[in-house]
Amino acid sequence: MKISQKDVEHVARLARLTIAPEELSALTEQMDAVLGYVDKLNQLDTDGIEPMAHAVPMSNAFREDDIKPSIGIERALQNAPAAGDNCFTVPKVIE
Amino acid sequence: MNSRYEVVIGLEVHVQLTTKTKIFCGCSKEFGQFPNSQTCPVCLGLPGALPVLSRQVVDDAIRAGLATNCQISPHSIFARKNYFYPDLPKGYQISQFELPICEHGWLDIETQESGKKRLGITRIHMEEDAGKLLHNDGGNSSVDLNRACTPLLEVVSEPDMRSSDEAIAYLKQLHQIVVYLGICDGNLDEGSFRCDANVSIRPWGQEELGTRAELKNLNSFRFIKQAIEYEVERQIDVIDAGEKVVQETRLFDPDAGVSRSMRGKEEAHDYRYFPDPDLLPLQVSDQWVEEVRQQLPEMPTAKRQRYQGEFGLPEYDAGVISAERPLTEYFEALVKIYDQPKICANWVMGDILGALKDKNLSIAQCPITPELLGGILQRIGDNTISGKIAKTVFEDVWKSGKTADQVIEEKGLKQVTDSGAIESIVDEIIAANPDQVAEYRGGKDKLMGFFVGQVMKASKGKANPGMANQLLKKKLAE
Amino acid sequence: MTFQKLTIQEMRQKLISGQLTSVELTQGCLDRIKATDGQLNAFITVCEEEALAAAAEADQQLAAGNAALLTGIPVAVKDIFNTLDVRTTCASKILDNYVSPYDATTITKLRDQGAIIVGKLNMDEFAMGSSGENSAAGAVRNPWDTERVPGGSSSGSAAAVAAGQVVATLGTDTGGSVRQPASHCGVVGLKPTYGRVSRYGVVAFASSLDQVGPVAGNVEDCALMLGAVAGYDPADSTSVDCPVPDYLENLKAGVSGKKIGLPKEYFIDGLDPDIKKGIDAAIETYRQLGAEIVEVSLPHTDYSVACYYLIAMAEASSNLARYDGVRFGARQDSGDGLNGMYQQTRSAGFGDEVKRRIMLGTYALSSGYYDAYYLKAQKVRTLIRQDFQHVFEQVDMLLTPVAPTPAFKIGEMVNDPLQMYLSDIFTIPTNLAGTCAMSLPCGFSEDGLPVGLQLIGKPFAEAEMLQAAYAFEQATDWHKRAPEL
Repeated sequence: MKISQKDVEHVARLARLTIAPEELSALTEQMDAVLGYVDKLNQLDTDGIEPMAHAVPMSNAFREDDIKPSIGIERALQNAPAAGDNCFTVPKVIE
Repeated sequence: MNSRYEVVIGLEVHVQLTTKTKIFCGCSKEFGQFPNSQTCPVCLGLPGALPVLSRQVVDDAIRAGLATNCQISPHSIFARKNYFYPDLPKGYQISQFELPICEHGWLDIETQESGKKRLGITRIHMEEDAGKLLHNDGGNSSVDLNRACTPLLEVVSEPDMRSSDEAIAYLKQLHQIVVYLGICDGNLDEGSFRCDANVSIRPWGQEELGTRAELKNLNSFRFIKQAIEYEVERQIDVIDAGEKVVQETRLFDPDAGVSRSMRGKEEAHDYRYFPDPDLLPLQVSDQWVEEVRQQLPEMPTAKRQRYQGEFGLPEYDAGVISAERPLTEYFEALVKIYDQPKICANWVMGDILGALKDKNLSIAQCPITPELLGGILQRIGDNTISGKIAKTVFEDVWKSGKTADQVIEEKGLKQVTDSGAIESIVDEIIAANPDQVAEYRGGKDKLMGFFVGQVMKASKGKANPGMANQLLKKKLAE
Repeated sequence: MTFQKLTIQEMRQKLISGQLTSVELTQGCLDRIKATDGQLNAFITVCEEEALAAAAEADQQLAAGNAALLTGIPVAVKDIFNTLDVRTTCASKILDNYVSPYDATTITKLRDQGAIIVGKLNMDEFAMGSSGENSAAGAVRNPWDTERVPGGSSSGSAAAVAAGQVVATLGTDTGGSVRQPASHCGVVGLKPTYGRVSRYGVVAFASSLDQVGPVAGNVEDCALMLGAVAGYDPADSTSVDCPVPDYLENLKAGVSGKKIGLPKEYFIDGLDPDIKKGIDAAIETYRQLGAEIVEVSLPHTDYSVACYYLIAMAEASSNLARYDGVRFGARQDSGDGLNGMYQQTRSAGFGDEVKRRIMLGTYALSSGYYDAYYLKAQKVRTLIRQDFQHVFEQVDMLLTPVAPTPAFKIGEMVNDPLQMYLSDIFTIPTNLAGTCAMSLPCGFSEDGLPVGLQLIGKPFAEAEMLQAAYAFEQATDWHKRAPEL
C-alpha cells in the first residue's frame, strides 16, 4: 500500500474535506491505485534534469504601478453567502 | 544579561510598501477606506482571476536588498503557501520560498552593552498581505479584503541578536532604512512595519539553539522590547522548573504585558509550497540592479559621515539631522542658501525641531521652508538684525509665512548701525546711571553687561550690540 | 427555420447581405437548443433574453455596415468562462448560485467581435473528467448515440456543435478536454499553444496546462474562432506577446512537401480497430496530398499520464482552495465553527472526482512527498517536452489518434478512475509540452461513432497545422455528416 486510511484522513483535514466513514476504504483504494501507477516515474533517472514549472519558458511579466478602478463594494459582496457592514461574515474565528 | 543563559533572537519584519497599487492587481491600497471598497476579482480571489506582478514592487525589493547589503538574485520565483483562513482569499498566499529575490545581507548596529556588531540578514522576499479579520461581539467574524494583496517585503534576520537592546537597535536601523528609501511609510500603528520575534535561550557555551517561541502582534518598539524580555524570563522560569520550552506561537498582550500561547488553536502546518504556475520566474539583470543602485538615496550612515567631514558638524549634530530623510533634505537645502553648516544645524535642531515638537508637526508640515529660514540667517549674517531680534523674526515668519525681509521692514526691526544714534543712547544711559558708572570706573568690569543691556533695551533691541559695546567702552574710559 | 447546415462564413455573408437577421439566426439557434437539449443536456444555462437583445443590437450594427468577425453570430461557451452577470457554475454544486461580476478576456474578445453568447455549456465539474459524466447538472450525451458519452471535459462544447445547436463554441483543454470530445462527437476542436490565448477569467483547473480552445463544425470556422480569441493579454502573465497571424489567409496552402511524423509510441498494438482504420486511411490521404510521412519517436510517452495527473492534481488542489464558502459559493454551516463550515461546504459542494483529485494533489504536495511526486513529475515533464523538441527538428507536425477507442457507454468507467485517466494518453503529452494540437473527423466506427485524427503542431504553428487540417477536410467528407436528432 502506498497510502493508509490514516494518511487519507490527514490529507482530508489539510484539504478541508470530510470523508464519510463508509467512503474511506474505497477512496483509499482508488488513491492507492493512482499512487501505485504514478510510481512508474521512478523508473526514469531524472538526476540533473531541471524541473519544468511552465509550459512556455518565459520570464518577467509586469504591470506598472497605475491604479485601476475597483469593482465596488456591491459587486465584491454580490455572491457572499453572508455579509454585513460591507464585510463578508464568517463563523467566529477564535485566536 | 543573564548569568546562566544566552538569549538568541531572530526577527522577521513585514515591511508594507508605499506603492500606489497592490502587488498583483491595480486596486488602490489607500488606508482607511470603506471595507471591501478597494477590491477586484484578483484580490478577492474570484474564480478565474490571475495575478500580474507590479514592477515597482520588484524595484523596491532590490532597493531594500542593496541598502541592507544583500545579494540580489538574478533568478527568483514566486511560490504558493497553502493554508485556509478567512482573510486569505485564494486559500494560498503568493510569496517566495525557494529562490527569494535578496539573500545574505547584513546591518551594523551599536548598543551600549555590546558596542558595534554586524547582524546577518538571511533573506528578503516579496509577498502579498492578507485581508483583515474583525471579531464581532456576536457569534461571527467579518472579513475586509482591502488590505489583501498589499505588497510586503519580509525581511528575515539571522538569529544573531543576543538581547532586546540589540533587537531594537536592528529594528530601528531597518526602519530608518526603509523609510529613507521611501519604500515604506514606517507607520507602526497602521501595521506598515510589523515584527515577529523568534526567541530562545541556551546555556552559555552551548552551540545548539534552544527551542524557540515565535512572538506575534508586536506593533511598537516598546512592546517588542517588553515582549522579548517577558519571553526570556518565561523561558528561564520554564527551564528552572525542570520543564521544556515548547515550540509555539505566542501572542503578546501589551495591556497586560504578558504573552499567551496560541498552541492548541492552530493545527500543525503543512504549507505545501510549490512554484506558482500563474506567475513567471523573475530575472533581474545586472543592469537592472545598477539602475536601481544609481537611484538609491544617500543612506543615513553615509550622510552622517559626510556631515561630519564635509560640513564639520559634531557627531551628535550629524546623528540628529541624518536620522530622518526629510530632515536631511531640509538641512541640505538650508545649507545651500546659507553656507554656515554649524549655524544651520543649530537653528534646525533648536528652533525648528523645538517649534515642530510644540505644535506636534512633522518636518514636512513645517511652515518655515528652508528658503524662509535661510532668509533669516542671511539677515543675521549681514548684521541687519541681531540674534535676539532674529528670534522675533522667526516667530513672525512662522505665523505669517512672510519673508524675513518683509517682517523686518514692516515691523522696523532693522538693526541700528548708525553710530551717531547709538552714541546718543549711550550718552543717555551713562547720564542716567551715575552710580554704576562710578563702580565701573572703580574696576567693576562686569557692569559692562548691564550697560549693554540698557542700551539694547532703550533701542528696543535694534542697536548693534557690537557697536554699543565699543562706544560704551570708549565713553566709560573717558 | 434551421441554420445548422451553415458555416460561420456562410452565416456572415447572409447577415451582411441582409438575407438573414441576427435575431432570426439567434432565435433559430434557441429553438434548436429547445428541441434537442432534452436529449443531450449540453447546456447548463441558456441566455435567451440577453442573446436576443444582443442580436437586435447586432442587427443595427450590420445595418450600419459595421460587421466585425462574428457580428450577429450565435455561439456558446463552456460554463468555465466567467460571463458578466450570468451564472458561471463550472458544473459544480459549489458554484451553483455564482453570478460572475466580470467577463473573461476571451468573452470580451468574442463580444468585441460581435458574437452573440447564447448560453453556457455543460462539462465535467471543474473540467475534471473525460466523459461529461462528472457534472452537477447531469451527464451530457453524445448526439451520435445518446447512450454514450460525448467525451470531456468540454462535453457540451462538442455536443452542441455536433447537434447543430450552435455553429461554434469555446472549451478548455488541460489534458485533451477540447480534442477528445471533438473526436467523440465528430467535430473540429483545437488546443492552441500554451500562452496563445488568455486564461484570465477562465476558472482554473491546472494553471500550467489549461488552454482555451475553439470547437466548430469545420476547419475554417475553427480557424476563425481561434483568430477571434487569440492574443497577448496583460492580465495573464503566462500569455505570450507574439503577433497573431491571420489564420484564414493561407488556409488553402496545402501540405505538399510537408513532413508529417507518426510517433511510434502512439501506434500501439492494442489500438481499437475502428480507430486504426480511420487513422490508416488518414495517413494514406496525406500521402496522396503530397506530404512525406515518416516514423518518429517520443520515447517518454508512456510516462505522460502519470506525469500529467500529478501536476494537474497538485495545481488543482491549490486552485480549488478558494472554494471555501467565504466570499462566494454554496456555504454549508451547521454551526461547528470555521473549520466545520469549510469542511461541510467543500464536502457537499465538490463531486467525487473533484474531491479525489484535490486529495491526491494535496498528498503529492505535502511535507515529505513533494520531491517524490510533484518535483519528480516536473522533471519528467522536461523530458517529455524535450521529446517534442527533438521530433520537431525532424518533422513539421505529427499525426496520431485522439483517443484509444470511440465514445464509450455512459456509466462504463465511472468506478475506475485510473482507467479513465489512461484514456487520455494521446492528448496529454501536448499539454505537458505546451505545444498546439487539434482533432478533426477522419471516419466512423462500425457502430457509427465518429473517429478523430489528431494533428500536433510546433509551438505557435497553429496556422501551419490548420492548413494541414484544411487540406485533409477538403479531401474527405467526414465533417459533412451530421447525427440525427
